[in-house]
Amino acid sequence: MAEPAAAADNYLTHTRGFLSWALTLDHKRIAILYTVGIFGSFLLGGIFALLIRAELATPGPTIMGFPEKTASSAPPASGEAGASEPAPAVGESLPAPLATARGKDLYNHLFTLHGAVMIFLVIIPGIPAVLGNFVLPLMLGAKDVAFPRLNLASFYLWLFGAVFFIVTLHAGGLDTGWTFYTPYSTASDTAVVTAVTGAFILGFSSIFTGINFIVTIHKLRPPGMTWFKMPLFLWGLYATAIIQVLATPVLGITLLLLAAERTMGLGIFDPKYGGDPVLFQHFFWFYSHPAVYIMILPGMGIISEVVAVFSRKHIFGYRFIAFSSVAIALWGFLVWGHHMFVSGMSPLAAMVFSALTFSVSIPSAIKVFNWLATMYKGSIGLATPMCYALAFIFLFGIGGLTGLFLGTLSVDVHVTDTYFVVAHFHYVMFGGTMVAFLAGLHYWWPKITGRMFSDRWGQAACLIVFVGFNLTFFPQFILGSRGMPRRYYDYSRLLDLHPEFAHLHLMSTVGAFLMGVGLVIVLAYLLHSLWRGRPAPANPWGGATLEWRCASPPPYDNFSSPPPVGDPYDYSDFEYAGAERGFVRRAEAASP
Amino acid sequence: MTDAHEKTPAAGAPSDGHPPFLAHHFDSPRHQFDAGKLGMWVFIVTEVLFFGGLFCAYAVYRAIHPEIFVYAHQFLDKTLGALNTAVLIASSLSIAWAVRCAQCNQRRGLVACLAMTLILATVFLGVKYVEYKQKWEHGLLWASRFKAAELPVATEHAVAAPPGHDAPSPANPPRNVGIFFSIYFVMTGLHGIHVIAGMGVIAWVLVLAVKGRFSSQYYNPVDFTALYWHLVDLIWIYLFPLLYLIH
Repeated sequence: MAEPAAAADNYLTHTRGFLSWALTLDHKRIAILYTVGIFGSFLLGGIFALLIRAELATPGPTIMGFPEKTASSAPPASGEAGASEPAPAVGESLPAPLATARGKDLYNHLFTLHGAVMIFLVIIPGIPAVLGNFVLPLMLGAKDVAFPRLNLASFYLWLFGAVFFIVTLHAGGLDTGWTFYTPYSTASDTAVVTAVTGAFILGFSSIFTGINFIVTIHKLRPPGMTWFKMPLFLWGLYATAIIQVLATPVLGITLLLLAAERTMGLGIFDPKYGGDPVLFQHFFWFYSHPAVYIMILPGMGIISEVVAVFSRKHIFGYRFIAFSSVAIALWGFLVWGHHMFVSGMSPLAAMVFSALTFSVSIPSAIKVFNWLATMYKGSIGLATPMCYALAFIFLFGIGGLTGLFLGTLSVDVHVTDTYFVVAHFHYVMFGGTMVAFLAGLHYWWPKITGRMFSDRWGQAACLIVFVGFNLTFFPQFILGSRGMPRRYYDYSRLLDLHPEFAHLHLMSTVGAFLMGVGLVIVLAYLLHSLWRGRPAPANPWGGATLEWRCASPPPYDNFSSPPPVGDPYDYSDFEYAGAERGFVRRAEAASP
Repeated sequence: MTDAHEKTPAAGAPSDGHPPFLAHHFDSPRHQFDAGKLGMWVFIVTEVLFFGGLFCAYAVYRAIHPEIFVYAHQFLDKTLGALNTAVLIASSLSIAWAVRCAQCNQRRGLVACLAMTLILATVFLGVKYVEYKQKWEHGLLWASRFKAAELPVATEHAVAAPPGHDAPSPANPPRNVGIFFSIYFVMTGLHGIHVIAGMGVIAWVLVLAVKGRFSSQYYNPVDFTALYWHLVDLIWIYLFPLLYLIH
């Protein structure tokens, strides 16, 4: 990284050389390592997504799986995704313009790996491992997380798990969907065991991060920072860590049983031996529903910080936001059954799960209303982080409300396995988590890199991403509610009844590429800022949390002595210092 | 839980500044000890949930197929199971004693107790090997490898059948007996892996103890390893009655 004005010693310049990064125990450098890895994974998952959308641009085969005659004359057309699958049986006679087995297989591999990479490698570790790792000790005025070696071990476990996913790509791919449902996952001839091993290892990475954060927040708060003087991002990370620690081991044992089922024929999920495949779904969702909150809770924490700072107003309802994080974390364990309403469940159990699902929306709504109340009569500045925060509130609102549709039994039966579900969880996961991640990334970028990015480009890219996102996924609500099933590679036969599906899918594809353009712009101006951005002041946005009290980028051991702790949302004594192009505290500007 | 050993009140940092074992982000050895201990407890919570999935599977299948469990448990060797229970409880005692020795600066006692724990863990694995070997020879394996034709004659009297079922007997075994052995092998096998992992950690702590790294000021690894070992012991204490002592 180019550091022309590296006069001051900071964590980036403190030591040099490859090993000083590869073996670092510094939470800030580990966060940078995660950033690089997770960005790479996001790029991979994003390419898969664009290939999927490109394929769905037209009803029949578009870019993959032309009928055999064409495929044999131009074989590389579908090989670019790297998923090498065995050649299909040529003897199959399918109607001429429709899908070939090869195209279907490739499509199944693509949506499976898109889901698995995005969930296990990007969204679950994303905010805690990148922004949490960097910011958590700084917000506590601490020198590091409680267990720095464990932190590095988490990163290498993440890397190791990611390697298994890459190997999966080359060892036959994966076509089970990211959920690995039995019995298909025990029968599929793709590299299920490799992928499952990768997910198992990633689970341990996640558990270790969670343990580290819980202990750090308990034991390394500075004198004077009581639980209710903690920034809300830390409440979000704490609630996330609780879920990571309580839910992830169940995923571990589930995947272990699945691997044993495949390799030695254990029989626990196999009805032939008295086992029960639905038990797999219960186990899987016992983790994977709480995992949804692993994804969204730290994002909500970021939004709480950003909304208050850019409204220049004390956060409204601090305790409600803090407790609603914990409430979501605990309540989230009781609702997994809503993924299984059509899997075979007693009506009583379904009703209980439906009612619990409705009630888990209460704490989420509490947060949204408190953010809106914070903005009310605030002096709102629309810098890039705030643009993403506003996008979050809008998109998460839609994602959350459509979750209630799906929690309603009668509606759920109608839209199960349709694009309605796809649209819903993308509104929550991309519109929620990834947008919050972008908000946080822009908010802390000056602190992390010591450079300011171009706010104008940031706002423009945010708008492009926002428009592209809605263009991609809003049509999918309409598609799903009219009966378009998910995971279809070829929907030409549905057009007799629903000719509008072709237009809606095309809109969705155009939106996806627009969103891709927006994200490339984000990457471009962020990279540009590393070399050409103006040096960042210590406190560019006027935040009152402790991380803004150290220099940008922070020195190697953060704080020489614990900084003074105050109300993290009291902005009354800040003023903008034009010379530094950042905020300073009036009291401190006057005293020295 | 078995967190029974007392801690001597740890003294603050020595007056000459940072002791070598104190990491830079902690205020005092006591602070470091408390953080490590909390971390170990949280890790134990994750382990409990890890096994919790299996206990849940056990509960589901036992509720659905009680006759399989009542019938199949007779083929487990209660004597060897009881012996292993005693061995593990003794190893828990010896490692708790090791913590006490570390707190009292008794290096030889610490080394002896850790070595004793390792020996007892080896005995446990040896007994487990004998049990697995017997199962293997009789074809009493997990579901897909289970050979119903080779069922040995059960040593016990016929057990009471649940209402609506014929009394299960070697001549009339219930269907899908193999699922019991699937659960048996997964639960005891995973427990065995934890024993082996624990032995690795204990061996590492033993090496450090021989080198004289521990004192009443710093014995964190001994204490945390003991905590983990008690968990391994505790899980077995649940496994033994649930698998061997069914009525």
